[in-house]
Amino acid sequence: MSQEARTTRTLGRFERLPTRRIVLVALSIGIATAVAYGSYRTLTLPAGQRYSGSAWRDFLVLGVAQGAVYALIALGYTLVYGILRMINFAHGEVFMAGAFGSFFFADAWERSGFLDRRPVLAVLLLVLLAMAVSVTVAVLLERIAYRPLRGAPRLVPLITAIGASLFLQNTFRGLFGAQTRGYPKPTALEGTWSILGIPVQRVQVLVLVVAAAAMVVLTQFVSRTKTGKSMRAAAEDQEIAALMGIDVDRVIVTTFVLGGMLAGIAGVLFALTFGNISYFMGFAPGITAFTAAVLGGIGSISGAAIGGLVIGVLQSIGPALLLTGIHVPSPFQLKDVVTFLILILVLLFRPGGILGTGEVEKV
Amino acid sequence: MRKRTWFALVALVGALALITAACAQEEGGGTTGPTGGTATGPAADCESDPFGCVNVGAGEPITVGTLLAISGDVAFLGLDSQHGVELAVDYLDGAFDGKGGQIAGHDVNLVNEDDGCSAEGGQAGATKLAADPQMVAVIGTSCSSAALGVADQILADKGIMLISPSNTNPNLTAEGVWTGWYARTAHNDKIQGAIVADFAYDELGARTAATINDESPYADALAAVFRQVFESKGGTITAAEAIQSTDTDFKPLLTSIGQQSPDVLYFPDFNPACALITKQAADVPGLKDTALIGSDGCADPSYTETAGAAADGAYLSQPDTSAFQQGDFYQNEFLPAYRELVGDDPTAAFHAHAFDAFMILAQAIEQVAIEGGDGSISIPRTALKDAVLATSGHQGITGTITCNATGDCATEVTIGIYQVPAVPFDDPKAKPVFSETKSLEDVA
Repeated sequence: MSQEARTTRTLGRFERLPTRRIVLVALSIGIATAVAYGSYRTLTLPAGQRYSGSAWRDFLVLGVAQGAVYALIALGYTLVYGILRMINFAHGEVFMAGAFGSFFFADAWERSGFLDRRPVLAVLLLVLLAMAVSVTVAVLLERIAYRPLRGAPRLVPLITAIGASLFLQNTFRGLFGAQTRGYPKPTALEGTWSILGIPVQRVQVLVLVVAAAAMVVLTQFVSRTKTGKSMRAAAEDQEIAALMGIDVDRVIVTTFVLGGMLAGIAGVLFALTFGNISYFMGFAPGITAFTAAVLGGIGSISGAAIGGLVIGVLQSIGPALLLTGIHVPSPFQLKDVVTFLILILVLLFRPGGILGTGEVEKV
Repeated sequence: MRKRTWFALVALVGALALITAACAQEEGGGTTGPTGGTATGPAADCESDPFGCVNVGAGEPITVGTLLAISGDVAFLGLDSQHGVELAVDYLDGAFDGKGGQIAGHDVNLVNEDDGCSAEGGQAGATKLAADPQMVAVIGTSCSSAALGVADQILADKGIMLISPSNTNPNLTAEGVWTGWYARTAHNDKIQGAIVADFAYDELGARTAATINDESPYADALAAVFRQVFESKGGTITAAEAIQSTDTDFKPLLTSIGQQSPDVLYFPDFNPACALITKQAADVPGLKDTALIGSDGCADPSYTETAGAAADGAYLSQPDTSAFQQGDFYQNEFLPAYRELVGDDPTAAFHAHAFDAFMILAQAIEQVAIEGGDGSISIPRTALKDAVLATSGHQGITGTITCNATGDCATEVTIGIYQVPAVPFDDPKAKPVFSETKSLEDVA
């Protein structure tokens, strides 16, 4: 047997293993070890420095509450992607517009005392106002920025979306000023409630309840109603849907309206949780929510919800769990590092996201 | 084909025009040469001065720039200082009469730029001001981040004196970093950090403390000074955390700090971070008994506005305005004039420092200006710089101003610790709960 042939035979098995697989496996082992090590070190810190059970509980609840807000915004991204196959980067600004719209009324009502006297009614009205503003902005976006580019190559609406995002940010800055403003909280929402013996921030309970309700309503709408069916049909194949008599234009506008409504709700919840609004408040949550949508499987509604929750919890618990033990200074500054690392990892193994098909879809 | 050649031609002409414009500016700057009068006098000084003279013709105004944070979240700080400078221009004629006075027989023309409270803003603003060949000096910056290595260097390269009313970062006047063309009437934070540590350890009886600083040189240095002095007194630092000034979510960080339940939480940052930390700390059970202390970066109306009820009982350190030497002048002449000009009370602590900064500049200009005989004057740049740095015993609102060798003109500083709601930006008559005077020699 020749030299070459012998070498080929011995190497035969290994040759057939694709390099990609090897790299992925090695990477996953590495990451798993790092996570396990970091967590072990954090959990075995000396008693004075270790986080107590209540601290972990706080982190978890905080993460879930934040995740719920991200999920609401992520739904907007996923709905638009499902139908138009484009990422609406200006969605973060739709969210910001809703918060801003409700701010002026919230501020006025706090001064007049209405916010504290009738908190339930006031918060309800604020949510409705925020939804109205967000929907207006979303519909205008669709009409002015996206509809004219319906047939254009995929990259064009993407760039337009980024441009629209910057335009909206700076318009709000020019109109209302660059300073951050404090968003009032009704006295009824200060403090904690005891749920199953655990003290939970009242605002967090509100966020969870409202977000859950919104998502349930949305799922029911999409799966049960006629418009919902049209949306699903258009998401699957626009051309055929049009041939079947579905008014695709109306369906698209409805999608933006739904996304806007959810963003408006998220805006008020975010403002109540963190107590402030500013013209650039939509940027970071927008990116995180987009990440969440991709993580859960872009185009899938439950994917967006799950992605949002996962990211929220990761951002809250991740730095504390993984980095405190190995004494990384200021671990919470690295929460975005943790988030995006996880995103990259998930996409490496499941390019379609957690609930995606596991296949690659080219943009 | 024709279209392409047409475009190329237009582009070429455009490029040539731009280059010509840029070159023209370069030649116009750094004027030298005699302006008349005695043959040897003005000519000799201006020629021997490495940066030459600024020639102000008869009837022309003296151009002074301001580079302050006049927009964004810190506008309260910058606008407040800018008004201090405007009032100083008014007071040149000895009275607050709404009409500007004169320096060496010439009016003053103020050119106001924004320092953005950032290195980028400082660079943009300083470059703009430095491009004007008639620029004599600049009052600025508001934030240390705009000055350190940025505005101070750009202006020093053109021989333009920079006098700051509110930069407090110790590095700006440190050996090796000081550019030589920089002075400040605000305190050096080595003093403020030490006084806050004294307050925490001696007055509040704190033995454990945590600090949160943002990425600005101001916060970084001030928190470091506090930690160093607190530990040298025998205290323990439980956490030294960092944030981004644009962060809005501090709950996980505060929960983590609350784990150790420190006696004091010191956050010498800017708004809105200060206000949001205060607001969110109220929800953290571990921080229930922790004293919250901020510094002059937090001390503006947006702090109490954004933090709301959570701010009550929090402490803020800033220059003790009630200890101003010229207390009478400040309360009875300066403040009413300020209200007349602005329509509202001062929103930050450094308007008086800005007033003093301009006054020592005016005094220095009067000292070194060379008269041209026909009503014009020449101001030699290096001589002006030396005169400012040699200021001694000047009676300013903030006290007696004597500049030391590296540009620190506020050598005896009184810092007051105020407790919300009795804070000077909400109530100009507020008294501090603790006040201490230190000099730079005490803490160097």
